[in-house]
Amino acid sequence: MNQKRNLKITALAISATLSAFTVQAQADTLRLLTWGGYAPDNVVEMFEKQTGHTVEVTLSNNEEMIAKLRATGGGGFDLAQPSQDRIAGPQAEFGIYKPIDLSKIDSSQFIPSMLEATKGNTSVDGEVYGVPHVWGTSGLVIDTEKASMVKDYIDLCSDAVAGKVSYRLKRPTLIGFAYSMGMDPFAAYNDEAAYKDIMEKVEAKLIECKPNVKAYWGGGDELMNLLRSGEVVASMAWDTGGWKLNSDMPSITFVAPASGALGWIDTFVLPAKGQADDAAYAWINFVMQPEIAAMITDVAGNFTASKGADEFVSAELKAKYQASFPPEDVDNIKWYPPVPAGLEVLEGSILDRVNAAN
Amino acid sequence: MTPDLECQHLIKRFGETQAVDDVSFSVPQGSFFSILGPSGCGKTTIMRMIAGFLEPSGGDILIRGKSVLDTPPNKRPVNMVFQHLALFPMMCVADNIGYGLRRQGMAKAEIARRVEEMLHRINLPGLGQRKINELSGGQKQRIAIARCMILNPDVLLLDEPLGALDLKLREHMKIELKALQSEFDTTFVYITHDQSEALVMSDQIAVMNTGRFEQVGSGQELYYNPQTAFVAGFVGESNRWIGRVERIEGREAQVLTENGLTIFSSSQGSSLMTGDQVEIFVRPEAIRLSKKAENLDDLRNRLSGKVVSVLFNGAASNILFQAEEELEPIEVALPQSGEMTNLARGAEVAIGWTTDQARCFKWTDG
Amino acid sequence: MKTETKIGFILLITPLLLWLVLLIIIPHIDMFLVSIRERVGVRQYQSSLANYGTFFEEPLYIWTFVRTATMSILATLITLVIAFPASYYIAKMAKGRTQSVLFLLCLVPFWVSEIVRTFGWMILLRETGLVSSVLQWTGIVSGPVEMLYNDTAIMIGLVYTSMLFMVVPLVTTLESLDDQIIEAAYDLGGSGLSILREVIIPHAAPGIVAGSIVVFMLTLGNYLTPTMLGGKDSLWFTELIYLQFIVRFNWELGAAFGFMLLLLSSIIVWSVLRLTGQTLEKTMG
Repeated sequence: MNQKRNLKITALAISATLSAFTVQAQADTLRLLTWGGYAPDNVVEMFEKQTGHTVEVTLSNNEEMIAKLRATGGGGFDLAQPSQDRIAGPQAEFGIYKPIDLSKIDSSQFIPSMLEATKGNTSVDGEVYGVPHVWGTSGLVIDTEKASMVKDYIDLCSDAVAGKVSYRLKRPTLIGFAYSMGMDPFAAYNDEAAYKDIMEKVEAKLIECKPNVKAYWGGGDELMNLLRSGEVVASMAWDTGGWKLNSDMPSITFVAPASGALGWIDTFVLPAKGQADDAAYAWINFVMQPEIAAMITDVAGNFTASKGADEFVSAELKAKYQASFPPEDVDNIKWYPPVPAGLEVLEGSILDRVNAAN
Repeated sequence: MTPDLECQHLIKRFGETQAVDDVSFSVPQGSFFSILGPSGCGKTTIMRMIAGFLEPSGGDILIRGKSVLDTPPNKRPVNMVFQHLALFPMMCVADNIGYGLRRQGMAKAEIARRVEEMLHRINLPGLGQRKINELSGGQKQRIAIARCMILNPDVLLLDEPLGALDLKLREHMKIELKALQSEFDTTFVYITHDQSEALVMSDQIAVMNTGRFEQVGSGQELYYNPQTAFVAGFVGESNRWIGRVERIEGREAQVLTENGLTIFSSSQGSSLMTGDQVEIFVRPEAIRLSKKAENLDDLRNRLSGKVVSVLFNGAASNILFQAEEELEPIEVALPQSGEMTNLARGAEVAIGWTTDQARCFKWTDG
Repeated sequence: MKTETKIGFILLITPLLLWLVLLIIIPHIDMFLVSIRERVGVRQYQSSLANYGTFFEEPLYIWTFVRTATMSILATLITLVIAFPASYYIAKMAKGRTQSVLFLLCLVPFWVSEIVRTFGWMILLRETGLVSSVLQWTGIVSGPVEMLYNDTAIMIGLVYTSMLFMVVPLVTTLESLDDQIIEAAYDLGGSGLSILREVIIPHAAPGIVAGSIVVFMLTLGNYLTPTMLGGKDSLWFTELIYLQFIVRFNWELGAAFGFMLLLLSSIIVWSVLRLTGQTLEKTMG
């Protein structure tokens, strides 16, 4: 009994010393797990100069971020940026994040509606786990000269573009096709039977559509090459990809599909075993300043949840955005709700079957 | 009768060097023919041309009267025992011996029968299933020959096959090879740099030097009657002097050596003239040794002096004899008849030899 | 003296043991434990073989598994067939400088990373790529040809990547074959083909088996080449493992897949050794 207590005291003493040590060391290292373009060199440099912290950037994507954090139980990084629909589920399942202390965040810098929506979508047991950062959509990137008839996801299956189509074999494709087939998958998120029914219809469509596909793309560069070389004329992709290509080849651009683009928001979350929370909060508040946020937009191509940053964004990008999104299309964006745990297994088997079909 | 193997004006050039320079010879059926020469003399080149691994630059090779120049090695009626034997380590003894027959497409049972018979002939019955690395050096030797002989080649080529063996085994194998050759009654062409191998086994020996045959003949002919200075020096042991012809009388040449020794020698029928530079060879066993100088009165060349050293080597023992301080020592065979057994260093002796035992050749420098 | 040698032995063996235990045995045990865990609810697991059951029930998994194994074997054979003459030339025919230059040439592709090499093939093979353009220019084909995104492209990439690992052991064993043995076989009436079959291949067997094992393992475990060069039907088993671990968050099934792959490669390597009568000591020694 006594021994146990002693042990406990020692443990406390050690952790106290350790935490004292980390607190004392004001200049922390912020290990940031993020997407390409979200932490441009010039922004990192400004942040380091201003706060004295150093930033280590690791580039990744949604799945890898979660896999990395899961492998360490939420350690190894101090700040991560998964999409808002990928927070509540993994948190419930693996416990890899820690709640955000909203008092340490300058909420006046955020677009209020976006902040509220994200807070709602990333809450587990009354705690908020994420705040919004960058948002964007996925829809269609098409060569308007050769595939102007493609107006919606389902048009990718038409004979006019046979063999010159590419999309990913991932969940956004399932969702997008479901919408363009006239169904509402997000509404069925909490009704597994209904969702399964929708997915099976999508499966049938994707199998039927398979001969049209040149290749299922895996990475952004791969798709860029396919489109640039003209081997693919219509594809499902992110808006930024289309805008980037548009600067080189005016005929290629991003088009919001008739059934609505799919909207995503990448967030800030604190990994459960993060060791530099202060630096993390400092980073969030720093990059949400309108001028800084605009710098990120210029590099990443996507807009942020920073209020008033639009003014600082280059006119060229704004023009592209407005061309792709007439006001009514903005209203039609389908924002991803949080993915209920277990749903991905169902989607996985659908994707497997599409992959296996001949 | 057509000879088994005949080479006519065989020439082989490697770039600028003439490895084989217009060599002609023929080997009668069933004989043991050796090519003896120092390394680099071109003997291996001749052998590889006969086997077919090299193409001659000129001349012709005939086997049983037919040119084989257009026949690839695997079709020539010639087989070869390689220097390192080159048995197939991945096969057992029986498969090694049967390899050639298998290649001829012979039935398995027949091959097995012949291999067994061959193993008996080479005195290795029952060893068929052994691995090659389980055999002794002598056994490997016999397998290597058997592997060729089972194909009944017209000519068997042997490329210094005894080189890798230790001395005792080598002596033994010399006799055994000769016995195998008469047992199979096949023409053997044997190349070696070891004169003793050539002398013991061969019916005919060709002494080769710098791409040419110096002399072809039986062992006795080469030994007792060398036609060139090279043969005289290369075959057997010799004392050698260089000198100048002082006087010629019939076949006898009186030569004064560089150290001032006068030697009466036989000119071998070659036309020597007074003043010619010559080489003289005298074999140690051709020199008579006596404790008394008067016993040697009938010899043309006589010297008195001391034993400088006794080189005891059993039957092949020699002494080193020196007549005067400034003269180089002469090697003299020690007679085994008994009276010289107690000869010791410093003993006063006399030596002498006949004119015919001293062979004199015109000396060309280099 | 005896204790000294003992200490020496322990010192020498410790790094190896640590490496084996910490980096190979423990992770594998952990993987196995994960693979026999079944998720029954949020953060609730129980021991079961359900993951292995899933593997055997889903035709896609079995099909990909068999396909990966078959293609790996095929890639190994093709590599062997291409590497053997090349190695023979390097070991037996090329002399001196040419030999080392040729050997170095086999090494050149490894100066760049695998991803660059694979991109190189993508540039060559794609519809608007070099090969297609040359074919059109010479008039052999009338329209563009797509050579990427199919099994042939995967095969080319795999063979290319594996070549060196086949050439090195082959050159080593072939160099140890005495030229006289080949000449002897020729002299005794062997034709080129029979010498190859009866003399050269049996001699090179340890090298062939060693090279094949290495190439097979590398190919089976390759991820980048099949994913990048393969098409919409070209699944590779490592891709499935990646999919389960990273995309589906299903570590349990991924671990089971990993074990199936380990089992597969062990069985195939074992049976190749048995079939060829080679031992691991002989081939790796």
